Amino acid sequence: MSYLEYNTKYVPSGLRKILHLHWPIILLLIAVANAGFLMLYSVAGGSMTPWVEPQMERFALGMVLMIIVAMVPIWFWRNMAFLAYGGSIVLLLGVEFFGEVRMGAQRWIDVGFMRLQPSELTKITLVMFLAAYYDWLPNKKTSHPLWVVLPVLFILLPTMLVLNQPDLGTALLLLMGGATVMFLAGVHWAYFATVLGGGFAALAAVFQSRGATWQLLKDYQYRRIDTFLDPSNDPLGAGYHITQAKIALGSGGWTGRGFMQGTQSRLNFLPEKHTDFIFTTLAEEFGFIGAFTLLVLYLLIVIFCIISAMGNRDRFASLLTLGIAMTFFLFFAVNMAMVTGLAPVVGVPLPLVSYGGSAMLVLLVAFGLVQSAHIHRPR
Amino acid sequence: MKRQAKDVLESARIVSRRALVMGGVQLGVIGALGWRLQSMQVEQADQFRLLAEENRINIRLLPPARGLVFDRNGIAIADNEQNYRVVMVREDAGDVGEVLAKLTEIVDIDPNDLARAMQEMRRRSPFVPVTIADRLSWEDVAQINLNTPALPGIQAEVGLSRVYPWGADLAHVVGYVGPVSDYDLSRIDDPDPLLQIPKFQIGKTGAENKLEKTLRGSAGTRRIEVNAAGRIMRELDRQEGEPGKDIQLTLDSRLQSYVQARMDGESAGAVVIDLENGDLRAIASAPAFDPNLFVRGISVPDWNALNADKYRPLAAKAVQGTYPPGSTFKMVTLMAAMEAGFVTADETVYCPGFTDVFNIRFHCWKRGGHGNINLHESLKQSCDCYYYEISQRVGIDKMAEMARKLGLGVRHDLPLSAVAEGLAPDKEWKSRVRGEEWRIGDTVNASIGQGYVLTSPLQLAVMTARIATGREVTPRLIRLVDGVEQPSGLGESLGLNENTLRRIRASMEDVCNHRRGTAYRSRIIDETHKMAGKTGTSQVRRITPEERAAGVTKNEDLPWERRDHALFVGYAPYDNPRYAVSVVVEHGGGGSAAAAPIARDILLQAQYGGPPPLEAYPSGVRDQIAEQQRRIAARVPPGAKGQSRA
Repeated sequence: MSYLEYNTKYVPSGLRKILHLHWPIILLLIAVANAGFLMLYSVAGGSMTPWVEPQMERFALGMVLMIIVAMVPIWFWRNMAFLAYGGSIVLLLGVEFFGEVRMGAQRWIDVGFMRLQPSELTKITLVMFLAAYYDWLPNKKTSHPLWVVLPVLFILLPTMLVLNQPDLGTALLLLMGGATVMFLAGVHWAYFATVLGGGFAALAAVFQSRGATWQLLKDYQYRRIDTFLDPSNDPLGAGYHITQAKIALGSGGWTGRGFMQGTQSRLNFLPEKHTDFIFTTLAEEFGFIGAFTLLVLYLLIVIFCIISAMGNRDRFASLLTLGIAMTFFLFFAVNMAMVTGLAPVVGVPLPLVSYGGSAMLVLLVAFGLVQSAHIHRPR
Repeated sequence: MKRQAKDVLESARIVSRRALVMGGVQLGVIGALGWRLQSMQVEQADQFRLLAEENRINIRLLPPARGLVFDRNGIAIADNEQNYRVVMVREDAGDVGEVLAKLTEIVDIDPNDLARAMQEMRRRSPFVPVTIADRLSWEDVAQINLNTPALPGIQAEVGLSRVYPWGADLAHVVGYVGPVSDYDLSRIDDPDPLLQIPKFQIGKTGAENKLEKTLRGSAGTRRIEVNAAGRIMRELDRQEGEPGKDIQLTLDSRLQSYVQARMDGESAGAVVIDLENGDLRAIASAPAFDPNLFVRGISVPDWNALNADKYRPLAAKAVQGTYPPGSTFKMVTLMAAMEAGFVTADETVYCPGFTDVFNIRFHCWKRGGHGNINLHESLKQSCDCYYYEISQRVGIDKMAEMARKLGLGVRHDLPLSAVAEGLAPDKEWKSRVRGEEWRIGDTVNASIGQGYVLTSPLQLAVMTARIATGREVTPRLIRLVDGVEQPSGLGESLGLNENTLRRIRASMEDVCNHRRGTAYRSRIIDETHKMAGKTGTSQVRRITPEERAAGVTKNEDLPWERRDHALFVGYAPYDNPRYAVSVVVEHGGGGSAAAAPIARDILLQAQYGGPPPLEAYPSGVRDQIAEQQRRIAARVPPGAKGQSRA
């Protein structure tokens, strides 16, 4: 299948594409990123350094990349999907062998001008590749066992590599993101039911393996699970992070303590206050109103993506858009569930708000793909 | 190849349908998150706000300055001294080793302290000040301040520490403070948060202990904001505490110091009471100890030395020591008999040197006997047989009643450690405590202050004060609390027959001033300062008939702890009493030889308010007294500080 199958006559070309960008999404992204700048400024104690300035530069770079990616026709990206996926796998293998060890995990690869986190990249390329796969696969074969096993392998390969780093959060995100694309493509319900059942069984196995010679997770991950189940067990040790996060969040109240007035973050009671736990600072300083507003902004981005995808007759484009929307959703939902004590602390950043280069750039490139799909949709 | 339109539409429909499912699930998750946020931030907000406040706010106590203790003349006897210490903040110091090396060049620091400080610094956060050296002199601090630029992270701090300027001389009265211990905490039921401060100083013994509540004051508080590492970010507010209240005692520290000096070398106790108001002018116990040793924590060798001393320096003998009063108890027997009408002034009793009571022979101290002896002479010459006789007439219960009336066998309420109750025995006491019936021999023994009778020097002084005034004098140790005068100790009349008192006083006057009186050698010849009194010699052992047959062993030939206690009670001036005194010299031998001279010197010293002129003494002893006065004038109390105060 090639782009020739589309009626390209009505697709905007040249600079006119700018007019056809999905501007509401762009504005929402800018709004969320600004909330991030604000919070980074606050947790730095009212300073542009060390976090706000680099974050702004990366966001600007990311926006430019997004526009560039958006300008490129979506069918080009579809044709690049396999290459992107293959490249990600190579990079993941590279991390495995040449990665830099940080905080007990191998996640980074130094590519000279910046440190790259291939696992971040993989979240998008996997979705992209699966969308292309289902675009290529005839409808009738979608639920055929053979054609179901294949994408499962595509998902498991990077998942295992990431799990090996070890990075449980990203591995879960990859798994869920990939499964979502399969689900959207129309794979039969029964498969998901089976996998869910198997998943619970696996979970039981993970707990069974604890302390045994075949222990499946690292000790710190078990401790995090314990802490999640009952943070009060160890309020000064492993449970400290989540306890302090909940205190910060809860003490925000309706309207919060005011910008830069959050005592929990300002006095360093919060861990990782500029990365994974930045939402707690926002919730502490801007209260329920602030936290819920951010939630709504995120939700609107997802909804706009879904609407765009549903109006797109191109299978690759709609699957890609929905997959990216789901990945984005998983990011903020898991992060928020984590800091509110609904999910274990697995180390997932708050998209566009948490300080961090790779994640932001990758996400903005992903939204470039969404934009490209939107601009180049068949009319 | 073009895909069939129908196929494309079908797949798009599936995607749309499933996208809606996905959107629905996402909405559900977001709903759950929103609900969670709402429940935490709205419903449980107060609870979390409280936890956040607890996180960030620490309350630090500001220890109050301890109240001072003064003597009756406003001379400090427990003072607060500025105490300089050097602290180091590791994060400001840079190279800790180098800075410490420079510091040791400037001031002398014990290598042990240094090692301990280094260890503590490694353990603590870098911003916590750690004490390097304590109790530095002002010169050392000045040196350090001068070299501040070369000593980054080093600061000199000032604090208060307790000091007892009179050293050992007031140790038993004022006591001492020390760091609060776990034992203290388990023993005292006091919710004061100050006690939780490590090394907070509280009164351990004596007045420091008994007046703790008054002296301590109350804690101030400082609310500070701290960060997660415990670093102080800012002070939120401060509430000053209330410093401890000052206390003025009735003691005259110069007199007290004199009494201590006069008793040097003895194991003795003495009490001086002002008869105008019951003020205790001196409560001396010898030997004493230096309370300053205890403030920082006494060393093991010092502690062992104090405990090994057979003269028991730690015991406040004047108030907690109890001794058989010996002949000083004869006033009690006599007054009981006179008040009950069992004796008259003219009646004589024949003293052959012993009295047989139901086949038990009780001896008089004078082996040859006093012959016929009347009331006046019996006390003056201290004839035992007279008392054996009259005590059998009056009975122990009346004697015990009189003893208690005069302040014996009752606990006087003084703010001192372990004030002894003593014992004025009666029939009820013996059957209750001993489970035995009272025997007549017990009464005979008690009549001369032996047997079960036990008294402290304090009680003997109170007894003397009551005889001298005829009033219920109660000893008073605290004169002012925070400038407020405490009630006088000059009580109501005892309701004794004036005739009884007059006769007793006349006899006591003759004890000291009549040629045949037992304390004649210790008389005062200065007409306006003459004293009256009574000697006492109490046995600490039973003299067996064999011993008696072999001739009574002289005290000097016995080992110290088996010698008799020497006692003397007296007051002066005899015609217008102002001071009452009691002296007990443990195992000192005879009261007239060992205790009376001390009492005489104390009474003179008290009446003159300083060293008396030699003319007050009989000419025969003046040289000896002059030598004694020189020796005492040159003496510095053990452990005394800041003598310029005195």
